[in-house]
Amino acid sequence: MRVLFSLRFAASLAALSALTFLAPPVGAEVSLLNVSYDVSRELYKDINPAFAAEWRAKKREAVTLNQSHGGSSKQALSVAAGLEADVITMNQAPDIDILVERGALVAADWRRRFPHESAPYTTVSVFLVRKGNPKGIKDWADLARPGVSVIIPNPKTSGNGRYTYLAAWGQALRKNGDDAAKAREFVAALFKNVPVLDGGGRGATTTFTQRGIGDVLVTFENEAVLIANELGKEAFEVVYPALTIEAAAPVAIVDKVVDKRGTREAATAYLNFLFSPAGQETIARHHFRPRDAAVLAQYAARFPAVRTFTVEGELGGWANVQKTHFADGGIYDQIVERR
Amino acid sequence: MKINPAARARAISSLAPGELKRALAAVPWIKCLVLGLALGFFAVFLLLPLIVVFAEAFRKGLDAYWAAISEPDARAAVWLTLTTVAIALPLNLVFGVAAAWCIAKFEFRGKQLLVTLIDLPFSVSPVVAGLVFVLLFSTQHGWFAPWLQAWDIKIIFAAPGIVLATIFVTFPFVARELIPLMQAQGREEEEAAIVLGARGWQTFWRITLPNVKWGLLYGIILCNARAMGEFGAVSVVSGHIRGQTNTMPLQVEILYNEYSFSAAFAVASLLALLALVTLAVKSWVEWKARQALDFNDDKQDIAP
Repeated sequence: MRVLFSLRFAASLAALSALTFLAPPVGAEVSLLNVSYDVSRELYKDINPAFAAEWRAKKREAVTLNQSHGGSSKQALSVAAGLEADVITMNQAPDIDILVERGALVAADWRRRFPHESAPYTTVSVFLVRKGNPKGIKDWADLARPGVSVIIPNPKTSGNGRYTYLAAWGQALRKNGDDAAKAREFVAALFKNVPVLDGGGRGATTTFTQRGIGDVLVTFENEAVLIANELGKEAFEVVYPALTIEAAAPVAIVDKVVDKRGTREAATAYLNFLFSPAGQETIARHHFRPRDAAVLAQYAARFPAVRTFTVEGELGGWANVQKTHFADGGIYDQIVERR
Repeated sequence: MKINPAARARAISSLAPGELKRALAAVPWIKCLVLGLALGFFAVFLLLPLIVVFAEAFRKGLDAYWAAISEPDARAAVWLTLTTVAIALPLNLVFGVAAAWCIAKFEFRGKQLLVTLIDLPFSVSPVVAGLVFVLLFSTQHGWFAPWLQAWDIKIIFAAPGIVLATIFVTFPFVARELIPLMQAQGREEEEAAIVLGARGWQTFWRITLPNVKWGLLYGIILCNARAMGEFGAVSVVSGHIRGQTNTMPLQVEILYNEYSFSAAFAVASLLALLALVTLAVKSWVEWKARQALDFNDDKQDIAP
């Protein structure tokens, strides 16, 4: 009896381990992995099939495009740890610079490899308020008013949050004649109104829209419009401040990976596709501001003219900003600690 | 001291029927209160979420549900989860049985250390476990980086890393289930078998394994449930490549973050369904184990 039991038992175990050797079918001629930030998912869902079709027409070769999305700094660190990305498409330059520093995965001159400093599109930081704008939020000054609750992702972990912080800082600088002390006072007052700091852009969106916390969400234009479209125009309104930051989204080839995998040609073509009229049009459809003047003109109704400044132009570049504001013990830490 | 269930049954049946009823009905309101609390808690914390998962999954209708779970990325996630379980489970089964056998049946130096090590995955946060694998197997700065690069082997951000992380977090389940059982059973039966001329393997297959069969199955089921649902450790080593390194729990998170709420709940409902099947199998195993126990007790009663 017992022998029979254990035999049957052993047989079922054997059957279980046999499962192990089955594997899903794989097979494509070229494959590229695009490691990207959190809220670009919808864009690349459209870009990828369009590029694959163009590549097939030109090269008579199939190309498989794989995507990975997450908080931008976390994604950059994954690539630094060995995630084999052929291209990285980020929302802030520091997340590509870190791959130059760590293991020289990306060539130091990545900004000069593609047009427009290797950034195929830009977006701006805007406000999303609840329908009817009950708190009457029109500009940055309103966010620092007592009694207004502001939702911003954590500037330490999220590019989105970092741009918001820098937008608030930059416009305060300009308003107060470059007086850093006044700018600091304003940003400190603003962050006093922030009840939660989410890790990434999507987390902040969920806090504002699903959990119903806060009077205003500061986020990228594309995300704000997407929320208004997906989650109901009757619930939210987009407000454009008088002056805001322009966030360029940089892209780069991961040199070490493409050389190893022999995919440089396809990776270069993929990133070039983003700058082509077809790519630019897809970009505009997803509410990112395209670089191509003709496409921008065509979609002008979507992109209200807004005065902007950039990190490179106004704030002394990313390296400087990183050092004075976001390094441990920098101005951001001092402001948040004093809360 | 363990109370023999058959003896207990005899003791209860020796009470007069009225006496038993009166003893149980002595404080009816307390019984109702406790029962109500338990059922209420059960409904709010276990049943309600389960209902919500299925309700949300089917909110947009059967077609949408089917589209969500037959989408290539979702299918790949299901496949990856099942493959991971199919690899992790047999390995943990072998490790677990071997470890439990050594610990319960033999005396050796460092035994206490081995027992502590087996518990390590329970006490370490899964995220830390994931980071450990990144530090070990990163092809850029990991301990084995030069070797991995030379042979072009990918461990983290690929299926092997996910399997490794899953094995790590589910390691204790089988061993933990078996050790007390084997210790309680002692070595007498094995010693008798050896005296009667059985060889080592024979003793193992015919005495040790059949004795712990139900405990082992129970451990496997717990291990299986955790392996399918593991999120933290797997998330760290996955790399989140769509259609390649996303397991079902990761896929649920991704879909949710894309505002595809009903698709997220559709995949979540598959996970819940797998959990329910696991639960059903678990109850069946427990029932069978009890039957086997009663059977043995009866045998002992008849022929002491």
